[in-house]
Amino acid sequence: MSPATASDPASESAPARLETEGRPADGRQRVALLGMPNTGKSTFFTRLTGAHAQIGNWPGLTVDLMQAQLELGGQPALVVDLPGLYDLRGYSEDELLVRGFLESTRLDLVLVILNASQIDRQLQLVLQARSLGLPVLVLLNMADEARRFGLTIDHGALSRELGLPVLPISAKYGTGCAEARAAIEARLSCDTPPGRCLDPARFLLDDLALDAALAPLLAAAVRLPERLKDRTTRRLDAVLLQPLLGLPLFFLAMFLMFQGIYALGVPLQLGLAHGLERVGTELIRPLLAGLPPFLGGFLMDGLYQGIGTVAAFLPVIFLFFLAMGLVEDSGYLSRAAFLMDGLMERLGLDGRSFVLSLMGFGCNVPALLGTRVMRSSGLRLLSMLVIPFSLCSARLNVFLFMSAALFAPRQGATVIFSLYLLSFVAMIVTAALFKGSFSSDEPLVLELPPYRFPTFRQMLNRAWCEVRHFWFWSRRFIILGVVAIWLMNNLPMGVAPASAGTLSGMLGQALQPLLAPIGINPKLTVALLFGFIAKEIVLGGLAVIYTQADPLRLGQALAQDLDWAQAYSFMIFTLLYTPCLSTVAVMRSESKNGRFTAFAVLWSLLLAWVSSFVFYQAVLWFRG
Amino acid sequence: MGLPPLGPVPTLAELAVGRPGTILSVAAAAGLTQRLSALGLSPGRNVQVLRRAWWSGPLHVRVGMTELMLRRSDAARIAIEPCESGV
Repeated sequence: MSPATASDPASESAPARLETEGRPADGRQRVALLGMPNTGKSTFFTRLTGAHAQIGNWPGLTVDLMQAQLELGGQPALVVDLPGLYDLRGYSEDELLVRGFLESTRLDLVLVILNASQIDRQLQLVLQARSLGLPVLVLLNMADEARRFGLTIDHGALSRELGLPVLPISAKYGTGCAEARAAIEARLSCDTPPGRCLDPARFLLDDLALDAALAPLLAAAVRLPERLKDRTTRRLDAVLLQPLLGLPLFFLAMFLMFQGIYALGVPLQLGLAHGLERVGTELIRPLLAGLPPFLGGFLMDGLYQGIGTVAAFLPVIFLFFLAMGLVEDSGYLSRAAFLMDGLMERLGLDGRSFVLSLMGFGCNVPALLGTRVMRSSGLRLLSMLVIPFSLCSARLNVFLFMSAALFAPRQGATVIFSLYLLSFVAMIVTAALFKGSFSSDEPLVLELPPYRFPTFRQMLNRAWCEVRHFWFWSRRFIILGVVAIWLMNNLPMGVAPASAGTLSGMLGQALQPLLAPIGINPKLTVALLFGFIAKEIVLGGLAVIYTQADPLRLGQALAQDLDWAQAYSFMIFTLLYTPCLSTVAVMRSESKNGRFTAFAVLWSLLLAWVSSFVFYQAVLWFRG
Repeated sequence: MGLPPLGPVPTLAELAVGRPGTILSVAAAAGLTQRLSALGLSPGRNVQVLRRAWWSGPLHVRVGMTELMLRRSDAARIAIEPCESGV
C-alpha cells in the first residue's frame, strides 16, 4: 500500500469526481464478480481469466484485489474479483469496501455468483444488486451439487421473474463456463452505458421489501427438498464432529498430514540441494575463476549458496499448501473452528483464531492478514499476538535440518513433534496471560459448507500461487540477509571468514553474557541475529558461518560443535522469537499500532529466552 | 451489545437437538441481526439444532439449505417457538 492512498476506502467520497467520466480513458470494459463467501467465486474467476490474474491495487481503493486484463468479445476488459460478502448493507470491512467500489466505479457488467443449493437465501444479494440499477448477470454455481442435493431450479422462469439473465455453471468442473463466457461477451458487446450507483444506502431494500420480493421468485422457479439430500456430509459430520471422537480425529489428521509432507518433502529438498550444489561447483565456479577472490567468494559462497539453500525448501512449502488447500476447500477447516471454539472462547479467542493459527503453520504472514475477518480490535490484536508462535514452514526447515544433524532418525520425528506441541503451549500461555488486556464480545457465526473434494487442478493451482506469493515476498529479505551475513562474516578484509576477528564474531562475543546461559555460542548467536530478518536465511547463514556449503558436511560440523541440549535450546529460541521481519511489517500495517507491534516483538523475545533458559539449565542440572 | 438476554421465552440455545422450531424474534445488535438474517436466521424461518460442541462450545444449526455454527450466547438472543410434532 502506498502512503499516498492510505486513507480509509469507506470514507473516500469519489462520486463527484467520477460522475463526469464516461468510458475509462483506456477504453477497457469493467467487469466485477460479486458473491457471498463459499460460492466458488474465485474458482470461476480463475476459469474466466486463466493465467492473466494478478493481485493489484484498484485505483481509488487501498486494498489489493485480484484482477485480470483479458479480451472479452474482441474488446479489452478488466475483470475484478470483489471480496465475498453477505449483505450490501453491512458494515464489515469487506462490505464497506465493496460498497465503496460500486459507488466509485462505472461497471459494464456485474457477475453475481450464487451457490445454487443455497439459492433460498442467496438470491437476496441479486435483488440488492438489481435495486442499485447495476447491469447484472446471475451465475448459479455448483449447479451439479444443487441437483444432487434435491433442488430443482427453473432457470428460464427465474430469469423471467428477475428480468436478468441466469445461467447454471460448475466452476469446479467447467460445465456451463463456455456458455457463461459467451453470455458475458454478448452482454458486453451490446452498447449499454456502464452503470454506477451514486448512493447505495438510499436504494437498498429493507428486510421486509426483500422478503416480499424473494417469496414469489422462489415460488415461481425453485423447488426445495424437505431437507438437503446430502447423506455424505451428514454421515461424515456424525463422526468428525462427535464430541469425544472429533478432536482426537482432528489432531490425528493433522499429524498424518505433517508426516506425509515430510516423508515426501525432505527427500525432494535434499535432492534439489544436491543438484544446486553440483550446478554451483561444475558450472558457476569455473565462470567466476577470473574474478578477484573477495568478489568471487561473495557471489559464489554468499549469494549463490545462500539462495540455493532457501530455494531447496520450496518443495516442502508447495506440499504444505497442497495439503492445507485440501483441508480448507473440503470444508474440514470450518469444522475445526467448530470443534475448538469452546476452548478458544475461554482463551479470549474464537474458532477463527484457531484456524488462522493453523494456517500460520504454513506461513505466519497470510495468517496475520487473515485476522481482517474479525471486527473487534481486541480479538484481532490478541490473535495477532498468538499467531506468530505457529511453527511456520521456514522454521520447520531449520528444525528438520538440525534434528537430522544432531539426533538419530527416530528421535528426530519426536523432536519435531515436541516443537509443534511447544508451539501450541506458547499460544495458549500467551492468550491466557493477555486475554484480559484485549477483551472482545464479537459474535461468531460461521457457515459449515457441505464436504467437497477439490479437483487436483484446483489444488495444484492454489499451491503454485502460494509458493509464487511466498517467493515474491521473501526473496528481497533473503537476498538482503544472505548478503549481510556474508559481509559480516568476511569483514574486515584479511581476517579468516567467520572467525572471532570478523564483525559477526565480535557481535557474537559481545552477546555471550546474555546467551551463554541458554547454551547459545557466538556462532549460533550470529545465526539468530539473521534469523530475525527471516528464518529462511538461518541455514544459509549457518552454511557460511561454518564454511560448509554441502548440507551433509554442514550437519557434521554442527554435530561436532554442539551437543544435543544446545541444539534443542537453539531450536526453542528459534521457534519462539520473532518469526521474521515480514511478520513484523504486516503486524505493524494491520494493527496500525507501533506500540503493540513493539510489545509483540519484546514478548516473543522474552518468552523465547525464558523457555530456552529453563530447558538448558534443567539439562545442566540433571547432568550434575 | 448492551441488550438484555431474552426473558422466559425459549431460545435457540435451549432448543433440544433434532427438534424443529420457528424463529419468533432476534434481539441482537444491528450488525449481528443483519449477519444472522443474511445467513437465513430471521423471524419466520424454521431452524433445527443438529448438535452441540463439547465444553459449552457452539451449536451446529440448520436453517433452510444452510448449515452454520453459532455460539450459545448468541443463540440465546434468538427467540424460538418449538414445533409440537417432529416434522
